[in-house]
Amino acid sequence: MLNIGKIEEGFVLDHIQAGKSLSIYKHLGLDKNADTVAIIKNAKSAKMGRKDILKVECDINTLDLDVLAFIDHNITVNVIKDGEIVDKKELVLPKEIRNVIKCHNPRCITSIEQGLPHIFVLADEENEVYRCRYCEEKYAPKAESDI
Amino acid sequence: MRHLMNPLDFSVEELDKLFDLAEDIAENTGRYAHVCDGKTLATCFYEPSTRTRLSFEAAMIKLGGQVLGFSEASSSSAAKGESVSDTIRVISCYADICAMRHPKEGAPMVAASRSGIPVINAGDGGHQHPTQTLTDLMTIRALKGRLGNFTIGLCGDLKFGRTVHSLINALIRYEGIKFIFISPPELRVPDYITDRLNKMNISYEEVTSLEDRIGDLDMLYMTRVQRERFFNEEDYVRLKDFYILTAEKMQLAPPDMLVLHPLPRVNEISVEVDDDPRAVYFKQAQYGVYVRMALILTLLDIVPDTNS
Repeated sequence: MLNIGKIEEGFVLDHIQAGKSLSIYKHLGLDKNADTVAIIKNAKSAKMGRKDILKVECDINTLDLDVLAFIDHNITVNVIKDGEIVDKKELVLPKEIRNVIKCHNPRCITSIEQGLPHIFVLADEENEVYRCRYCEEKYAPKAESDI
Repeated sequence: MRHLMNPLDFSVEELDKLFDLAEDIAENTGRYAHVCDGKTLATCFYEPSTRTRLSFEAAMIKLGGQVLGFSEASSSSAAKGESVSDTIRVISCYADICAMRHPKEGAPMVAASRSGIPVINAGDGGHQHPTQTLTDLMTIRALKGRLGNFTIGLCGDLKFGRTVHSLINALIRYEGIKFIFISPPELRVPDYITDRLNKMNISYEEVTSLEDRIGDLDMLYMTRVQRERFFNEEDYVRLKDFYILTAEKMQLAPPDMLVLHPLPRVNEISVEVDDDPRAVYFKQAQYGVYVRMALILTLLDIVPDTNS
């Protein structure tokens, strides 16, 4: 049994699909700042069989929940203050996401224009389909680093 | 300031107004000969085009305006690595309105977001070609007397054919349109279009045989298989002659079916079909000038006093 201490202020991201925590870690930009992070992989879960958990000690206003919702809106977000859960955030698919994923269409202007933000818009909420704002190509993950 | 990126940027009512203006221009061209005196159109064409560019230039010249621009990327600063964003900022200092064609999809949208003047998408990769769509809609309205309640067959390269994508997008807003998509399996319409049709419960069929369905059509929209859209020459050679409309096939078509084509044609319509009164693709090119004249006036917000 692995024990990881409580955090005073920050987030516990629970019910992450097993194996996805590192990708979330990267897309939330946690690899680029000094926040204390605990990554728990393949924890036992009654609901999911196996799950990942991320504990992030940080200012609670700094986490981009839109990115998280795009990655997996079924993740449970527990907001921690003074060591206690003070809120549970419900994730809603964002209407638009910027600079999280890249368009893979070789004919898209984003493939050549420098400094252009990569913008995807929610085209079909029911089927969770995002399309590139410029070329309308449907987002399809290609590499492991993609979501 | 308004731009035109997609036919859907204009409401059905605004399009009606635009076509009314274009029809008035067609009937009274002389009255519009000086309404753009002192105005300049920039034609920024990053890939070769004869028809669209000359159609825009003819439109501006007939309105009394001037034209400047470039007709291929190699003769612009793009060859030196200049971005679309920078180019349009500079062009905004030289011209009052810009028509842009670019091989990369979404390039005119990027230009519009940085521009100080109205930008017209004159074709972006395999994505959209809204002024061709305005031309197509005007041709249908003028020759059929209505925009709605018909069956249209779109034939050829439906995957990369941007004129097809734009036309479908525009037609879905009218009542009673039935689409028959005729293409080889490799060149079917992209899923973002069929997704949209499914969502809106609009009737469409995907078939491969032109002969089987030509008898059911009010309109046949032929397209060219475009060599420049293929990364693989072998695929192009295999698919380029998949459909050829001949006089013999036209015998299977209804007597009032219209044949449209955005042009240029290569060999997908035999020249013998040109003399058939149902072949209206050259009339389409003429309507294209009138509709571009109306578009320039609309985006420049020029309300001509045509009574004098």
